[in-house]
Amino acid sequence: MAKLARYTGQAVAYALFAVVVGYFATQPAYTYLEPGKAQIKLSFGHAGQHITDCRRLTQDELNQLAPNMRRPLDCPRGRLPVLIELELDGELLYRAALPPSGLAGDGVSTAYQTFAVAPGQHQLVARLRDSNRNEGFDYEKASGITLSPQQNFVIDFRPAMGGFLFL
Amino acid sequence: MSGMRSVAKAALESVENLFERAFGPELNPMHQLGALGWFFYWIVIVSGVYLYIFFDTGIHQAYESLEYITNVQWYAAGVMRSLHRYASDALVIVVMLHLLREFVLDRYRGARWFSWFTGVPLLWFMFACGITGYWMVWDVLAQYIALATTEWLDTLGIFGETIARNFLNPDILSGRFFTLMVFIHIAVPLFMLLVMWIHIQRQNHARVNPPKKLAIGTLGMLLVLSFIKPAVSQAPADLGTVPTVINFDWFYLAAYPLLDKLPGLTMWAIAAGGTLLLLLLPWLPPRRREQVAVVDLDNCNGCGRCVDDCPFTAVVLQKRTDDSGFSEEAVVKHDLCTSCGVCVGACPTATPFRRTSELVPGIDLPDLGMQALRDRVVEAAAGLAGDARVIVFGCKNGPDLQRLEGPAVAAIELQCIGMLPPSFIDFLITRQHVEGIFLTGCILGDCHNRLGNQWTEQRLAGARDPYLRERVPRERIGKCWAGVTHNTRLARELAAFQERIKGLPPYHRAARAPSARQATERSDTHG
Repeated sequence: MAKLARYTGQAVAYALFAVVVGYFATQPAYTYLEPGKAQIKLSFGHAGQHITDCRRLTQDELNQLAPNMRRPLDCPRGRLPVLIELELDGELLYRAALPPSGLAGDGVSTAYQTFAVAPGQHQLVARLRDSNRNEGFDYEKASGITLSPQQNFVIDFRPAMGGFLFL
Repeated sequence: MSGMRSVAKAALESVENLFERAFGPELNPMHQLGALGWFFYWIVIVSGVYLYIFFDTGIHQAYESLEYITNVQWYAAGVMRSLHRYASDALVIVVMLHLLREFVLDRYRGARWFSWFTGVPLLWFMFACGITGYWMVWDVLAQYIALATTEWLDTLGIFGETIARNFLNPDILSGRFFTLMVFIHIAVPLFMLLVMWIHIQRQNHARVNPPKKLAIGTLGMLLVLSFIKPAVSQAPADLGTVPTVINFDWFYLAAYPLLDKLPGLTMWAIAAGGTLLLLLLPWLPPRRREQVAVVDLDNCNGCGRCVDDCPFTAVVLQKRTDDSGFSEEAVVKHDLCTSCGVCVGACPTATPFRRTSELVPGIDLPDLGMQALRDRVVEAAAGLAGDARVIVFGCKNGPDLQRLEGPAVAAIELQCIGMLPPSFIDFLITRQHVEGIFLTGCILGDCHNRLGNQWTEQRLAGARDPYLRERVPRERIGKCWAGVTHNTRLARELAAFQERIKGLPPYHRAARAPSARQATERSDTHG
C-alpha cells in the first residue's frame, strides 16, 4: 500500500512537471502589437556632411609635415548631425537630430524607430537635413499610403536612390 | 540575514519533504538538480544532433525543413524536436532551482565560491542556446526574437551599422544568416559544456548522472509530453508584417516583454548588474573561515583515504617531504578546504583506541581535534545515567541537537557527520561507555558537505574504508537523517531506539580467540 502511494506520488510529480513545462513553453501568449494596428518603421544609416569643408594646405604647411604625410587637403573628420522629421496626416510624428556615431563624431547617424498606427489611408511626409543649412531640409518625400492591419511599413533613406524610400 | 536564511531553509526543506515522501531520499529530484541539469543537457544534445540531419539553412528552407520534421517524420524527428524543446525548458527549471537552492542553503560562500562563480556564466550560455534555437525556426516567434534581440544589441552602439536593419524587409534578409545561427547554436553549447566541466572541478565524486530510476522516469515524462503536445512552429516569418500575438516560451523569453517596455540601455544595466551581483554574492558578505584541516606527517602514511573522501578536492597526495619511508603524504589545499572534517573521519589513525599519550591523527581539524572529541565524549558518557545511555552525534547543519539531551542522552555536534571515524562508535560501545550510539544529520542524499552522511552509511555498512568493525553490534547503532525540519521525528526515533536497547542483553566483549601459539602452549600444559 505504501509502495502504491509512493508510485502515485511520483506520477503526480512527473505530471505536474510536464504540465508546467508544456504550458509555459507556449502560453500565455504575448501581445507584441495589437492585431488591429499597423506599424511604421523608420530605419536608416546616413552620414551628415562634414562640419567644415576641406582646406588646401599651403606649401609651407606641407613642408612642415613628414614626406609620407603630405596630403594636399586637410579634411576635418567631424560630421553634422542629421535632422529627421516625420509627419503623419499633418501631425508631427517624430523629429530628432541624430548625432554622428564614432568617437570622433565622423560616423553615420542612425535612426531606428517604430510607430504603431491605425490601419487605413494616411498622408506621410518624411524630411531630412544633413547639411549645415539653418532652414528647410535637403530631402523630402510626401506620399499617400494605405496601411493594412499588421503591416510593417518601412521608411528607409538611401541618397543614391534618390532619398527616402517607402517600402 | 542568517535568521531569514534559516526560515527559507526550513521552508525549502518542507517542500522537499513532499518529494521525499514520493521518491524517497535517494531519488528525491530536489537533491538531484545539478545531475538532472546534466541529464537534460545531454537529451538536448542528442536530439539536436538528430534534428541537424534534417535541418536546412535558408530563409524559406529552414521553416520548411522543420515542417517536414514535425509533420512528415513526426514519429522520430518530430519527437526529437519536442524532446529538444522540452528538455531545454526543463533545463531552465532545474538550473534556476539549483541556483536558488544553493543560495538558500548557503552552499556558495567561502571555499565553495568557485562552483557558484563558474555557474553564473552558464546562465548566459543557457539562454543564448535557447534563444538562438528559437531563432532558427524562422516563424513569427523567431521573427520577433530576431528583431527584439538585434534592436537590444544595437542600443549598445558598438556596431557600425544597425544590425536590426538585416530584418527590415524580406529583400534584405540573407540566407547566410541561418548558417551563422546554426554555427552559434552549435558553438555555444560546446562552450557551455566546457564551462559545465569547469563548474564541477572542485567537486569530488561530482554527480553528473541522476539515479537510473529518476532518469528513466524523467525521460518517460518528456516523451509522454512530446506525444501529447508536440512542439510545433507558428506561422512562418513575414518581415512585411509585424508579429502581433505570439505563443511565448516563458522559460527563455520571460525578459523579452521588458525589452519592449524599458530602454535598451536600462535592460543592459539590469542584465550586467544582475550578473555582477550574482558573481559577487559569495563575498557579500564573505563566510567566516574556520581553521582548515592540518596534516600531521608523523601519523600520515599517505594512504589517500582522505583524498578520496574529501568532498571538495581539498586534499591531495604529493611526494613525501620527510624520511619516513612512505612514498606520499597528504597535503591540504587551504583555499579549497571547507573545514567539514570528512577527511578526519576517513583517516584510519583517527582512532580513540590509540594508547599513545596523545591522539593525533594523520589529518585533523584544529577547532575540534580528535583528542578533544575523545575527551568530550568520554566525559559526556560519564555524566549519563540509566540503562539506555546514548550519545547522539549530529552535524551543525542538521537538526537541533540540544533538545535531545537528557539524563541518559548526550549530544555531540560535529562539523559534519562524515567527520566521525567509525572507530569512535566501536570505542564507545565496546568499552561500554554507553549502551548505544545514535547518528543524525542532514537528509540523506543532501548533505551540506555533499558526501558526509553518504560516506558514514557506507563506512557503517562495510562498503567504505575505514569500516566499522564487525564486532560492534549493529542493533546498538541508531540513525535518523532528519534535516532541520524533522525534529519531532528525530526525538521519536531516538526514544524508540532507547527502548530497543533497553531490551537488549548487556553487552559483553567477546573473548578473543587464542592464538595458535597460545593454544599449543595450553595443549602442552594439559597434555
